[in-house]
Amino acid sequence: MSDIGAIRMQVMWNRLISVVEEQALALLRTAFSTSVREAGDLSAGVFDPRGQMLAQAVTGTPGHVNTMAEAVLHFMHAIPRDQMFEGDTYVTNDPWLGTGHLHDITMVSPSFLNGELVAFFACTAHVVDVGGRGFGADGKSVYEEGIQIPIMKFAEKGKVNLDLVRILRANVREPNQVVGDFYSLAACNEVGHRRLVDMMKETGLASLDGLGDFIFSRTRDAMLERIEALPKGSWSNELVTDGYDEPVKLATTVSVRDDHVEVDFTGSDPMSRWGINCPIIYSKAYACYALKCVVAPDIPNNAASLAFFTVSSPINILNAVRPAPVALRHIFGHMVPDLVLGAFSKALPGKILAEGAGALWNIHISARPVAGASGRRAEVLMFNSGGMGARPALDGLSATAFPSGVHTMPIEATEHTGPIVIWRKELRPNSGGDGEFRGGLGQVIQIEAIEGHEFDFSAMFDRVNHPAQGREGGKPGVAGVVKLDDGTKMRPKGWQHVPAGRRLILELPGGGGYGDPARRSVAARANDRSKGYITENDR
Amino acid sequence: MTSRADDIRLGADIGGTFTDIALDVRGTLFSTKVLTNYAAPEQAILDGIDAVIRDAGISAAEIGIIIHGTTLATNALIERRGAKTALVTTEGFRDVIEMRTENRFEQHDLNLQLPPPLIPREHRFTVKGRIGAEGQELQPLDESALEEIADRIAADNFGSVAIGFIHAYANPDHERRAREILSRKLSIPISISAEVSPQMREFERFNTVSANAYVRPQMADYLARLQTRLKDMGAECPVFMIHSGGGLISVETASEFPVRLVESGPAGGAIFAADIARRFGLEKVVSYDMGGTTAKICLIENFSPHTARTFEVARTYRFSKGSGMPISIPVIEMIEIGAGGGSIAWVDAMGRIQTGPESAGSEPGPACYGRGGKRPAITDADLVLGKLDPDNFAGGAIKLDTSASEQAILRDIGERLSLDALATAFGICEVVDENMANAARVHAVENGKNISDNLMIAFGGAAPLHAARLCEKLGIDQCIVPRGAGVGSAIGFLKAPFGYEALASKLTRLSRFKPAEVNALLADLKASAEGFVRSGASGRIVCEITAFMRYAGQGWEIPVPLADEPFGEDAVAKLKDLFETSYQRFFGRAIEGLDGLEIEIVTWSVKATDVRPAVTRHELTTGRKKSEPTTTRAVFDPATGAPQTYGIVERDTLCAGDRVAGPAVIVERETSTVVTTSFDAVIQSDGAILLIRKDSQS
Repeated sequence: MSDIGAIRMQVMWNRLISVVEEQALALLRTAFSTSVREAGDLSAGVFDPRGQMLAQAVTGTPGHVNTMAEAVLHFMHAIPRDQMFEGDTYVTNDPWLGTGHLHDITMVSPSFLNGELVAFFACTAHVVDVGGRGFGADGKSVYEEGIQIPIMKFAEKGKVNLDLVRILRANVREPNQVVGDFYSLAACNEVGHRRLVDMMKETGLASLDGLGDFIFSRTRDAMLERIEALPKGSWSNELVTDGYDEPVKLATTVSVRDDHVEVDFTGSDPMSRWGINCPIIYSKAYACYALKCVVAPDIPNNAASLAFFTVSSPINILNAVRPAPVALRHIFGHMVPDLVLGAFSKALPGKILAEGAGALWNIHISARPVAGASGRRAEVLMFNSGGMGARPALDGLSATAFPSGVHTMPIEATEHTGPIVIWRKELRPNSGGDGEFRGGLGQVIQIEAIEGHEFDFSAMFDRVNHPAQGREGGKPGVAGVVKLDDGTKMRPKGWQHVPAGRRLILELPGGGGYGDPARRSVAARANDRSKGYITENDR
Repeated sequence: MTSRADDIRLGADIGGTFTDIALDVRGTLFSTKVLTNYAAPEQAILDGIDAVIRDAGISAAEIGIIIHGTTLATNALIERRGAKTALVTTEGFRDVIEMRTENRFEQHDLNLQLPPPLIPREHRFTVKGRIGAEGQELQPLDESALEEIADRIAADNFGSVAIGFIHAYANPDHERRAREILSRKLSIPISISAEVSPQMREFERFNTVSANAYVRPQMADYLARLQTRLKDMGAECPVFMIHSGGGLISVETASEFPVRLVESGPAGGAIFAADIARRFGLEKVVSYDMGGTTAKICLIENFSPHTARTFEVARTYRFSKGSGMPISIPVIEMIEIGAGGGSIAWVDAMGRIQTGPESAGSEPGPACYGRGGKRPAITDADLVLGKLDPDNFAGGAIKLDTSASEQAILRDIGERLSLDALATAFGICEVVDENMANAARVHAVENGKNISDNLMIAFGGAAPLHAARLCEKLGIDQCIVPRGAGVGSAIGFLKAPFGYEALASKLTRLSRFKPAEVNALLADLKASAEGFVRSGASGRIVCEITAFMRYAGQGWEIPVPLADEPFGEDAVAKLKDLFETSYQRFFGRAIEGLDGLEIEIVTWSVKATDVRPAVTRHELTTGRKKSEPTTTRAVFDPATGAPQTYGIVERDTLCAGDRVAGPAVIVERETSTVVTTSFDAVIQSDGAILLIRKDSQS
């Protein structure tokens, strides 16, 4: 390739990333669920006609991006090429073909230029309800967790499948929000398609083949260089989490080979009876994310960079098979980075952060008027984050999502969606693990139904019985607490009731510390006290 | 405005490096640039005024009006040089400005650092008292606790106070009462969120009121000093400030709400472009302002720049979205990226050329300045490609060293990629141009527009070098490079209308729409917006009414412009219609056939402006008189990918109607305009250069 040609390819690569960013923005702007529009629980990407991911939007969360990267192949398998038409959009929420649970809707649209299939656009978002038992751990199988949409057409030649829309409306608790989100997912792919066609017309491209080769070869070379620089060998790690009613052990072996990295989950506990199982597609997404953070944080995510990581597992909680219940697959998915990074820390001592809160503290609230009273019913979903583990030269980030890439919702927006009041949402002092670098703080949240209302909530919390461990001599973070304001202890998982007038109190876990606490600087300790991050004098 | 003010007007723009002064004496323009004086910013203005009135042969007393914009508030936020500020907030929400969105704006960087909150935790006080989402009181305000807080603030040497309570945008009673109680014991300024930024979303609102309080003492002092010094020099005329929304406000208002001055300089640039658009009768314009460190792109429709209600200042991480502080105030909406003449070029792990956001600034400057800068900047690439004349840069004030540019480019980039200096320089320019083009495209899409439908207006020192190529990338056929491009913002100030935008967040479903109630609300907003405008203008005032609407359940609204007339019986049908039309334009299709899916209005906005006197209209001319270049130079042509012979023409030798065929470079004191092979340049009746695509019809 000539010098000038290479520069033009690079410029088009930038343009392609900009196209998918526009695609993601369209989704944010039109979405109905707070999980998408306020919290950014979504992803968007463009694929070549072979189903290889060329580029993804920066906006989005790893669990979606890396699963969606594989989902397009399943769509191509289910819908033969001669059944694909301009104006089509395909949909599924199959946990094993999509992103791991029914609440995530994945849509794929073929993109045609002059009658030729030139690309696919895909996007995923978490909708507020899919029927069934509601978002929680209590389903005994995936059949109890909500409506299942096998891969099918949401729209054919521009016409929306209204039968699907009617079935959907009849099956979900918030039909307008859910159907509205289906429309915005389709609109988002449409925006991506329009921008791609503009780009190809302007640059005179008839296909993306040459650009794809350029993207993949540049990415491959850069990845190879990084992997060559890693120490070679195998390292194992284990981690114990709360589980539903008994602790769950997760295990991994990470092997760095000459030209790729293998992750295996042999030794993890068997599948659970409860909806906390994780399809491997989602375990893999977070394993790849963790590895990429360490190995190649600056290399774009695409089919070539992801190809350097292989993930395997016998059937177990990190490789759950149908019909296992999987609604809360994110809890163990979010623990996978701590698991994998723990193994990696043995390969790269002094370079890997301590464990953190890991799983988001999601809470789904189903509020209603008390018997006999009038008022509002509503489904409210909140994402909240505990503390991140301390880093080798920095304190952990407080109340910050990791590994998830979502935002929290403004409480003012949340209070508009349902009859609840959030009385407190602030940092939780003394919750970060001590160390030369302190773990990030968790947070405290208090929720009450508005007068004349009560609510049920689905708990999806971990690190209540098993706090985040420190690294290199750092102390563990403080475990989470779930209770009512009268002291009643609540379970970390499952649907539970909060009567009118009572407040639910959530104390989110802190991150683990890094390094010997004796080495923490006097200035850092003084700062902790003056800011009230630490309130006792016992440290 | 008084007739006297229209006679002689002075604009003063304090920027990061230069303070620009533009003086308009009955239509004749005098301008100067002086170095910004950080210790005494008013001194630079006085020095500049002194210079221009001497040029113009007038006395300070003859100036009719002074319009001032400044980055001082922005810089105080970026550099954290504000007052010791206390934040008084709702119990349970002490950490809203510290916890931010609980998100990492860069997913893969495990050593990410979040920007620290403007007001540290030990300076944040909480008090019981709670308003609900509907504006109802859930818990009374604890007044005795406020008394104690007042004592603690008084005892601890604070310079300013911010009050931010949950849902205060829906009901400001608690905030107002708290201010009343605190002000009995405190003699420092108190800002409340319901007045500074009455919008939903607590992080943005609290951060905005904190920022206001943080810069308030410093800005109030500065503005008072400026007024005194101006009077001392004999300029007793009224002084007005330009705000981030592009309108004018009194110095008193600016002293109370200084956060509204953030980004006032770039706003001036957008107004400058809007004024040119009005003069030429151009309804769809994209302004492109490229200076030393950043490029700013703004859409201007029907002679008005687009506005937004929130933006981010002081981005800390490679200009990444989310790495700065959100400020929720009416603002001219522009996209700003780290692409200026001084932006550094480098190579990433994939062997891709990257540019910015790091900038060489004016010290040490690009390698070609010969002031110690060793790393290649955009200006170095421009020079190597032949776009700049090394002997005639900045009027010959700086002699550029082409071989220093080549060395820097080869050492940092070319050798790593096995490219020669020319190809590397081309790569650098292509990347920076593509980054700007992407930013412009995304900005247009976010506004439901198609970028190629616009005419471009390019200004700022570096823009004319890149504008033609940018137009090629964006499919734009015409671009104006105006006179006075170097001090565009200061000139823009002179054109600014007296304007104020009043906002009210009040969630209204169409099904529960009560015309009388909304009419009353809008009347209040109008009264408050017009009140601000009346403080400085005596002429006729027009009001633009906008409803920010969405489907119930969505989180983001689209602006729906409305007629300035009271709602009647048919209001609901009308609003529904207007909304669906706008929605379709933004997102392709309106949502249909959904039972009971409601449409709602989230925010009402009333923008009052005084009616500006009619401007002298110019018609765009495409020119017929061919002007032959005097000399030629080899310039790398991006479309053909090879050097071509470019004609070199002095701008001063050209007259209205002259047409210069591309490829050419039109050189002048402050900058050079590159006319690529696909463009011609035509001199307009006001001296502006019009770049026009050869094959276009117009």
